[in-house]
Formats: sequence, structure tokens, C-alpha cells
Amino acid sequence: MKKLIKEYIWVIAFILFSIIAYLLGFNPGIKIYSNFWMFFIEMLVFIPFLFILVGLFDVWVPKESIEKHIGKESGIKGMVLVIFLAMLQAGPLYGAFPVAYILFKKGASVRNVFIYLGAFSSMKIPMLGIEIGYLGLEFTILRTLISLPLFILIGFIMEKILGSKFEVKNPKETEKQKI
Amino acid sequence: MVNNALIFGIVTVASIIISLFLDRKKTFQGIKKGFKMFFNIVPPFLNILIVVSILLYLVPQDTIIRYLGPGSGMFGFFIAAIIGSITLIPGPISYPIASTLISKGASYSVVAVFITTLMLVGIVTLPLEIKYFGKKAAIIRNVLNFIAAIIMGILIGRLM
Repeated sequence: MKKLIKEYIWVIAFILFSIIAYLLGFNPGIKIYSNFWMFFIEMLVFIPFLFILVGLFDVWVPKESIEKHIGKESGIKGMVLVIFLAMLQAGPLYGAFPVAYILFKKGASVRNVFIYLGAFSSMKIPMLGIEIGYLGLEFTILRTLISLPLFILIGFIMEKILGSKFEVKNPKETEKQKI
Repeated sequence: MVNNALIFGIVTVASIIISLFLDRKKTFQGIKKGFKMFFNIVPPFLNILIVVSILLYLVPQDTIIRYLGPGSGMFGFFIAAIIGSITLIPGPISYPIASTLISKGASYSVVAVFITTLMLVGIVTLPLEIKYFGKKAAIIRNVLNFIAAIIMGILIGRLM
């Protein structure tokens, strides 16, 4: 119980703050709360689904197949595959972290994990749709074409810098190791 | 956003049904695993949302548009990169801001650097990123992506 309170201390403080702001009619507080609510809904509609898919992926997809297709020896075909996978997704960047974790755990190479993050953040199809709508086709295509070589390069650099000791962790496991 | 969520939900439900059909036990195992991973990151997650909500209040859209608008030049470019890197503004809000900026006469390079730093660099989400990738990898990734966003802003400014 104590641990639970400690983990949620900021959330509890924020809820109290919001209630008080509401009771006193403190406008900034109400505005902040409505921002929070909007983000919270966004998280609630995406993230639980995402984690269910990640969990199913974990039990169904064998390590060998991921290793073979997007592992260390996968080359250009592997890169194309992770970029394609990333393009099919939706949601904010933090939603990509658990997917990166599961891909890595199943044997994806360091390079491909970071190429995945790059493609996720800048080439998701649902997002490209919104982008075309607001900023036009020319801007969207140009931005995509410029970002593609850049995030592939970043993948190579990350692999070079981090080397073979690097690993992607599941947050709770990291904490347990600390204790 | 609602549509995306709907598609996402349909894909998830369909996957669960197919999975149940193939193997009940495995399916429950998978869902359980997923939820466990989810609940592990709920607290840091909510904290990030709180910080972002406060930031978004402190830096309202009008202010962003004023500082990044036409004639803001190098200063605007710089501010765009900073705001984009620190905060996390979801697409449904950031794209309308970007399009307002363009229609008010802001340069494409400012808009490009704003959009790309928003997408690629996340200082607010750094604590969460560190939990997954470790301090070193998370910081290097953000720095490299910041550089990439600057390159992108400059190139798009030249090309459009």
C-alpha cells in the first residue's frame, strides 16, 4: 500500500489540485485539468490495445522468425520490414517503446530497433494522412523523403555507439535490478 | 484520432478472436502479459501526461504562433526546435498549429523543425524512454534526432 501511494504520489497530488481548482473556480487549474483529460483519453483509447497486441505477439511469434527477418544478419530486407511494420502503427512515440522492447527481446538487431523508432515517429500512415490534410502533399512527401535516410543513418550510428552490450528492458525488470 | 483508435480496436479484437480460436490458454497468457506490461508503466505515464498538461497551459497556442510566425527568422527556428523538443503535442493539435503558422506566413523551415522535433525528440518522455533503453541510449537517440530535425528544417526551407 505504501509503495502504491509512493508510485502514484504525483497523480494523487494532481487530482487533489484539480478538485480544489474546480471548487474555487481557479481557471488555470481547470484548463490544465482539461488538457490532462484530453491526453488521458488519447492514452486510454490506444495504449491498452497496443499492450494486448504486444502480449499476443509475445506468445505467438517465435524468436527464430524475428531473428531471421529483422535480426543481425537481416540486411536491407530487414530494414524494409521494420519500416513497413512501423508505418502500420498509430499513436504517440511512447507507444513505440513497448513494441521496441518486444522486437528486441525476440531478436531484432539494435540497428533495426532504432530504425523502427525513427519510422514510427515520422512515417506512420495515419499520421501522414493528417499531415497531408494540414500541410499539403508536397511538404509531407519532402519531409518523409528527407527523414528516411536520416533515421536509417541514426540506426547505424546507434548500433555502432551502443555495441553488443545494449539491451532494451521492460521497465519493472530494471527497477527490480536496482533493488 | 478516433478513427485510428477504432481501427486499432478492431484489429486488436480480431487478433484476440483468431488467437482464442487457435489456442485459448496461449491467448490468456498473452493478454495477461500485455496488461502486466501496461500496468507497470501507468505511473510514469500519468506523470508525463500531468507535466505535458501543465506545459501546454503555460505555452498556449497563441503564444507559439506569435513566436514562430512570419519574420521570426533564426530566433523562430531556434524557439521552434526548443518547444518541439521539450514538449509532446499530439498530432491532432500540432498539425493545426503548423497549418495556422503557414497561413500566417511563417516559413516552412520553422514549421518543419517544429513538427519534426515534436515527433522525434521528447525531453518530457525521456524518463520513460530511459526505463526502456537506459540513460545512454535514450540521451544519444534524442541528441541525434535533434540534429536530424535541424537538418530537416534547413533542407525543407531550401527546397520549398
